[in-house]
Amino acid sequence: MHLPCFIQKIRAGGVNVNQAVEALRMENITKVYPNGVIANKSVTFVVNQGEIHALSGENGAGKSTLMKILFGEEQPTSGTIFANGQKVNISSPTEAIRLGIGMVHQHFMLVPSLTVAENMMLGIEPRKGLKIDRKRAEKEVREISHKYNLPIEPNERVEDLTVGQKQKVEILKALLRGAKILILDEPTAVLTPQETRELFAELKTLRSNGYTIIFISHKLNEVKEFCDRITIIRRGQTMGVYPLSDISEQEISKLMVGRDVILKISKNKILPGAPAIKVRNLKILEESGRVRINNISFTVREGEILGVAGVEGNGQAQLVKALTGLGPYHSGSIELCGTDIRKKSVSDIRKLSVAHIPEDRMTIGIAPRLSVTENTVIDKTDNIRFFTRLGLSKSSEIREYGKKMVRDYHILCKTPDVSVESLSGGNIQKTVLARELSGGPKVIIADQPTRGVDVGATEFIRRQLIAMRDAGNSIFLITSDLNEVLGLSDGIIVLFEGEITAYLPDASNVTEEELGQYMLGIKRQSPEQISEVLHEQKD
Amino acid sequence: MSGLVGYIFSSDFLYMWIRVATPLILPALGAVICNRSGVVHLGLEGIMLTAALFGVLGGALGGSLFWGIAAGILISLLLSVLFAYFHLSLRANNVLCGTAINTIAGGFTVFVLELITGEKGTSSSLRSFSFPNVNIPLVEDIPVLGDVLSGHNLLTYIAILMVFAVVFLLYKTPLGLRMRAVGENPNAASSVGVNVTKMRFTAVLISGVLIGLGGMYLSMGYLNMFTRDMTAGRGFIALAAAAMGQSTPVGAFLSAMVFAFFDGLSNILQLLRIPAEFVQMLPYIATIAGLTLYSIQRIYRFKRKNRLRVIEAEKSRQ
Repeated sequence: MHLPCFIQKIRAGGVNVNQAVEALRMENITKVYPNGVIANKSVTFVVNQGEIHALSGENGAGKSTLMKILFGEEQPTSGTIFANGQKVNISSPTEAIRLGIGMVHQHFMLVPSLTVAENMMLGIEPRKGLKIDRKRAEKEVREISHKYNLPIEPNERVEDLTVGQKQKVEILKALLRGAKILILDEPTAVLTPQETRELFAELKTLRSNGYTIIFISHKLNEVKEFCDRITIIRRGQTMGVYPLSDISEQEISKLMVGRDVILKISKNKILPGAPAIKVRNLKILEESGRVRINNISFTVREGEILGVAGVEGNGQAQLVKALTGLGPYHSGSIELCGTDIRKKSVSDIRKLSVAHIPEDRMTIGIAPRLSVTENTVIDKTDNIRFFTRLGLSKSSEIREYGKKMVRDYHILCKTPDVSVESLSGGNIQKTVLARELSGGPKVIIADQPTRGVDVGATEFIRRQLIAMRDAGNSIFLITSDLNEVLGLSDGIIVLFEGEITAYLPDASNVTEEELGQYMLGIKRQSPEQISEVLHEQKD
Repeated sequence: MSGLVGYIFSSDFLYMWIRVATPLILPALGAVICNRSGVVHLGLEGIMLTAALFGVLGGALGGSLFWGIAAGILISLLLSVLFAYFHLSLRANNVLCGTAINTIAGGFTVFVLELITGEKGTSSSLRSFSFPNVNIPLVEDIPVLGDVLSGHNLLTYIAILMVFAVVFLLYKTPLGLRMRAVGENPNAASSVGVNVTKMRFTAVLISGVLIGLGGMYLSMGYLNMFTRDMTAGRGFIALAAAAMGQSTPVGAFLSAMVFAFFDGLSNILQLLRIPAEFVQMLPYIATIAGLTLYSIQRIYRFKRKNRLRVIEAEKSRQ
């Protein structure tokens, strides 16, 4: 690691290097929301200049709130913040930016229809008379992009960029505004393994140039790999600061959740039964006419988890939509539980005992303002157990059911009557799970079931999925978490540019490296090998 | 019937077409600015109507056109501030705020009119100052074209200029960039320190001026007096024009021209002794039909494009 020059100067002067310069100190920060939720309880968070500092904790532990306070998006109830030794009052993002604090949000803060240059210059546009000086804007973008080795084309529209490129724009946007401290909120959640490696290299370059980076993540292997120190938050309180050279992944996860989490996924071998999902020669076109799924065929059998590995954007989203009736497909056939679903509505498909755990739980997984109970019975309005024939609800039945769901699925909430949006990500996902799995589905389409979910909830969700498989159901698992696809699946198919490029019948025998080569299109199996996934007898 | 077709292609009709388009173009441009910055402004109708009255009153009481313009624009800004304050600062529902402005305007204009003139119907007893008609040198001498393009009200030419002005504002200036950013992703804009409420407030005020000019054209150009409820739904048609034009200035302008065509047509048909009530429905039916056709063709085009692409893809495989 290249030390920033000021530290080298200190060293030259014979001062102890361990007494690094504090870039930032948040002292005794307490945040109580108007609804009484205590998000931070006297948290002290100190970051040194020129380090990559990890901030880890389960979902709902309070790390987002802490960072929102630092970036001026929330005001602390009490506590003080020091930037470069000065006591500061960060009243707004503008003020944070002025103090040299930049934030790369998990959900990118970009305007899709504007160009890269327009997005980067928004609010600080160079002018020529009344007009925006486009030439200068473009030149400045090129310069900064070159300086920090983050290549990007200024005139491209943001909506046409890949996720990794969008992230580059976000980082450059912060640097352009003079950020010296960069906050990255779960930056790798949306990246491919390759893009992740690229990001790490870029961040290390920034560090060697004297920038300070706060890296929010609960992917412990990443944290361990390239951060210098870690601050762990649990239930709104700090569990301490540790140099990453002195602490193991197991110790970190113990501090995060307060108990040992099994990072390994264990499951029994069972013999798969009859086919439950049969997809043949499926083809899906996008609105623009782009082919998203090109002539793929596969079978998922009873008692089997078929995992889909692939870099995001290789047709997974369209495939899931077609399977669940939410989106169109143009040719080929899909058979679920023995029924062809062509021209079938979403509710027809659900009646075939198909459950769907959607990727984007906030938008299509739940109704945010309804209660936990209401969300669990929302798909059961024609069930006479909960609703009379006239359509009136049977409140006591529903209440009992809500309580049972909260109990069975370990949903952490004050009462089952609180709105779902007030829960943490993991508990929202458990609510989705409760609704989808309690109806006794035969086919489960699980799309990123543990994305953005804390370690404890992840383990719970995975166990539930394995239990469903052991009971003889079929699970189609789409996930960008390599550990998950390798650990949870029985067989794996790899999607690359809308085609199946590999079928790996035994996931336990596959290495990450091998999978990665298929995912990136470096390797491809023969059509014979791939057609094994049909599980059809050959004549 | 052939007489009708002949009339449509006559210079008189084309002249009238442009004349009736003016009070749609101006507020439609205002609506474009609001839409682009993420405000759905339903109070157009009320602001137009009030500006129409105050333009006449200002002129009559001040004794010159200048005071008319000043009063009309001032009241438009005032109502826009009211709308923006309730909707943006106090976060009241925009449908409520818009409807409130429209309802207030209906009663308020008649009240003020009676207070000042003693009449409830028109301002005919007041001396009106209208915007002048402008003859364009050289153009006016061209046969036919001169009759169509020259001799319009000053505000008509201003309306056309405003199309370019709004294009410049939205796509060339920092203010326009910020407005579009605020409209499309307010979180992104505020994360780089662009004040969302301030931007939208500005947009509502700028559009207020355009809407007010549209209203004043009715009482100080189209007619030279105020009559009660004289906007007759033009504010809403302007909103529809902005939407149909995809909230782009040029699109809104073209849509406004389409609606104006039917408005003009209804004027002629009235001459042909077709019942006035039936004729008066035409512009509105045209609005609904226009929006429906627009949606249908968009869906159809999308489907056909997809089918073609499938066929192409199949061919290329073979």
